[in-house]
Amino acid sequence: MKFDHPATDGPADRQNVLGKPHKRIEGPLKVTGRAPYAYERHDVAPNQLVGYPLGAGIAKGRIVAMDLEAAKAAPGVVDILSTLDMETLPVAATNVAPLFGGDEVRHYHQAIALVIAETFEQARAAAQMIRVEYAETVGRFDMATADTEDADIPNIGDFDTAFAEAEVTSDHTYTTPAQSHAMMEPHASIAQWQGEKLVVWTSNQMINWAKKALVTTLSLDPENVRVDSPYIGGGFGSKLFLRSDAVMAALAAKKVGQAVKVSLPRPFIFNNTTHRSATVQRIRIGMAKDGRIKAISHENLSGTLPGGAGEDATNQTRYFYAGDHRKFLNRIATMDLPESNAMRAPGEASGLMALEIAMDEAAEAAGIDPVRFRIINDTQVDPENPERRFSQRHFIECLERGAAEFGWAPTAPAMRREGRWLVGQGVAGGYRGSPVMPSGARVRLQPDGRLIVETDMTDIGTGSYTVLGQTAAEMLGLSLDKIEVLLGDSAFPVSAGSGGQWGATSSTGGVYAACMALREQISKQIGADADTVDFRDGLVTAGNRTMTLSEIAAGKEIIAEDKMEFGEFRKEAYEVATFASHFVEVAVDAYTGEVRLRRMLAVCDAGRILNPITARSQVIGAMTMGVGAALMEHMELDATRGFFANHDLAGYEVPVHADIPDQEVIFLDTADAASSPLKAKGVGELGLCGVAAAIANAVYNATGVRVRDYPVTLDKVIDRLPMPDAG
Amino acid sequence: MKSFSYERVATAAEAASALGRTKGAKIIAGGTNLLDLMKLGIEAPDHLVDVNGLGLDKIEETAEGGLRIGTLVRNTDMAADARIRADYPLLTRAVLAGASGQLRNKATTGGNLLQRTRCPYFYDTAMPCNKRKPGSGCAALSGASRQLAVIGGSEACIATYPGDMAVAMRALDAAVETVRADGTTRSIPLDQFYHLPGTSPDVENDLAADELITHVTLPAPVGGEQTYTKIRDRASYAFALVSVAVIRHSDGSGRVAFGGMAPKPWRAEEADAAMAKGAEAVTEIAFAGANPTEDNAFKLPLAQRALAKILHGKGE
Repeated sequence: MKFDHPATDGPADRQNVLGKPHKRIEGPLKVTGRAPYAYERHDVAPNQLVGYPLGAGIAKGRIVAMDLEAAKAAPGVVDILSTLDMETLPVAATNVAPLFGGDEVRHYHQAIALVIAETFEQARAAAQMIRVEYAETVGRFDMATADTEDADIPNIGDFDTAFAEAEVTSDHTYTTPAQSHAMMEPHASIAQWQGEKLVVWTSNQMINWAKKALVTTLSLDPENVRVDSPYIGGGFGSKLFLRSDAVMAALAAKKVGQAVKVSLPRPFIFNNTTHRSATVQRIRIGMAKDGRIKAISHENLSGTLPGGAGEDATNQTRYFYAGDHRKFLNRIATMDLPESNAMRAPGEASGLMALEIAMDEAAEAAGIDPVRFRIINDTQVDPENPERRFSQRHFIECLERGAAEFGWAPTAPAMRREGRWLVGQGVAGGYRGSPVMPSGARVRLQPDGRLIVETDMTDIGTGSYTVLGQTAAEMLGLSLDKIEVLLGDSAFPVSAGSGGQWGATSSTGGVYAACMALREQISKQIGADADTVDFRDGLVTAGNRTMTLSEIAAGKEIIAEDKMEFGEFRKEAYEVATFASHFVEVAVDAYTGEVRLRRMLAVCDAGRILNPITARSQVIGAMTMGVGAALMEHMELDATRGFFANHDLAGYEVPVHADIPDQEVIFLDTADAASSPLKAKGVGELGLCGVAAAIANAVYNATGVRVRDYPVTLDKVIDRLPMPDAG
Repeated sequence: MKSFSYERVATAAEAASALGRTKGAKIIAGGTNLLDLMKLGIEAPDHLVDVNGLGLDKIEETAEGGLRIGTLVRNTDMAADARIRADYPLLTRAVLAGASGQLRNKATTGGNLLQRTRCPYFYDTAMPCNKRKPGSGCAALSGASRQLAVIGGSEACIATYPGDMAVAMRALDAAVETVRADGTTRSIPLDQFYHLPGTSPDVENDLAADELITHVTLPAPVGGEQTYTKIRDRASYAFALVSVAVIRHSDGSGRVAFGGMAPKPWRAEEADAAMAKGAEAVTEIAFAGANPTEDNAFKLPLAQRALAKILHGKGE
């Protein structure tokens, strides 16, 4: 099925099941420990051995020798997979650095060996006995001095002249640190071979990408590879791609002729897998006296291993605010740090951390309230191509509604004091595109009237099981308890997968398409015209005939499969995006600079909300991640040795419960017909976009100290904060 | 982890002689730190002596009017003890500022004193670390050092002592009681118990190879207002960037000890004498000769500000 024009009203608009606050259908399995995660799938293959990896202890160079003797002789050890056993493996399109093989070390904790043993403890102990001799070479670990390439972004008008002539200007540089996804479940895989056939039970957001990458990396026939990942303990982009756990598990299983399971140890998450690159961003805004933006420029620098894309923090600035003269520069530094790649809201999360402080500073320079400043600089068209409109854009409503609900009433900076606390409010805008990907699904109507949905879509904690179940229930006129949703298996139709906040929008489209095909088939079977058949309350009504779905499928299950493909009109005629406002109130300890959040509000414009509970959970989780980005999360670069030193969850601090205040989320009641058949858009990344800047702006409002270097830790506040007087 | 032998002992004397008898032996009590380090290959004892059966889990009153805390008293029990809460509230506050409820239920008094640094280079076995592997060098000196020591470190090591409990005990003039394999006992003032790294950062305290902590003694209560402030990058569940333990009397005199600043709980008695003059005067003396890195220089003004907060009566 092709989505080639804006959606008209149809069965999905009934909103009997969709749009309702259903709890997640797999919730009971998860809270009772019965949802099997990758490393716990003891039942899928017999006699599983355990692989424990060893990571390179240098950032760049070559392995001269590896002494495996002691490890091989250690108790329980079956075999050892060494990177020196093979040439460097081919690199799949979705990877930047090779995942295994060869003697070259390209980054710290690159996987170089895997001990295969009877137990986890034995494998780990033996891995510690491996001695490696390296020939270290000089790496590029400093982004400021690394060679760079510029990506091509169109410039509009004459920024330099317009900025020079602007009556009010703001020109500042902002930095964001490298961040780790730090999801709860590490990468983990179990691999088993049956002849030439490989099955990998894993934890991956994009089943088809993982399958394709396995095919390339291990030079396999696609027919012979199956990937299964029904439950995922968080990903945030870290599990978009095939990683070394699955590759090593497959190689090891082949080597020992037995199933092998591998989980990446926590330090590997930081230096073996991907992270969000640090950025340096310069933003210049030139305005008329009335605060209207005339000229805007966003320059970005980020780092990557050779062949990577870095972190383009300029993207949202091209679309978010008006201004006739626009200049962008995205510089990518080639470095020898671990692979930087997508993390939740790639580009926008970092870009808005800078842009939305810059907007606060510009508003102050123009002497205009920052909410008002954003409103007067709203645009309803693509600033680069005014012919293209936003399909929908309710950003002003987000701001106005948010200001009213929150009680937006900031004082001048550093003017509100409660005891030792300096109190302030901050606001930021959120912008994130709402892309889509083709997505397929199969639906199987059972003789007992139940419906089974099969798609390789994943649920990374987001609620996919539930919203896909709701979609199918709505389309066939069933209640949600009659739907069984099966996900994450490459044997199912290829879906959009989970990433880029395209998952729900796209995959519900796929289930919609499959359900339309099923309705067609059922109608045909009963000899009726599909357009006139009504599906409601488990009953099918055609003219004056009414049957139950189980009567229709009584003889044999009815199977339908289809794929939703999204037409070019969506991009050509429109910019489809999501918008938010974030409001926060903070209290800063006047002595120590410690920041405590008091309350947070997000107002989201994200199309029709498929399920208010799961959508809200997405947003409050993202707001929590935004607190981390604002106040604490940073991978500490050891620029001497070329690695991230705080590589565990004690050193890389993410928010704890005590850091999180009351969080409120409001979804505007919108439905975007240009986005998808369900008129839905993404929400999982929107919730993060702008949060950190709202907090940084609130800290400024509380203290008068402007921090442009994330995270806003207390040391950056106290050096400019006057010591309170006694008394 | 490396294979090891294990024995349980019933008396402190047996424990000490087991330590003396077996090279590479270590005591295990709560195991909240040691087990993690063994899993990571940072500690690799050949033999573990389990002291959980020693019965040293009581808090007794001393003839001098103080308390004698058994080495196996769990952190939770110590913090909740009515006498400690009433007469040594600093200690309760410090203990509750650390770890989590689950860890405090398991962690012991003696074990807490002996917990090891959280320096990231100590934890990464691919990195040089003189504390983990004497003579291998110190990666932290040219690396990530936000958490590390600003005073008391050396060219060989700038790791910090990470704990909270010992900081309060230092302010309270606690002493560590020990027994050796030959039965001799001694009492070591906490200040002398901890060693600065110098050229041998692997030697962290005064204990001989066959010496076991049996008790921590607290002198008679000193009264005063007792405050423990712990400052970190998140609201809970993190080691201190800076912590401050203060005992302050109504005449303005008092004592102060700092955590997060040095390889051991940091207190300078000369600095205590300046308490009436305010935080700046105290910290100037306490941290004279400090040698911070660019990453952790903020700890010096932060320590001063944290102390000022307490001295201004804004510590709670």
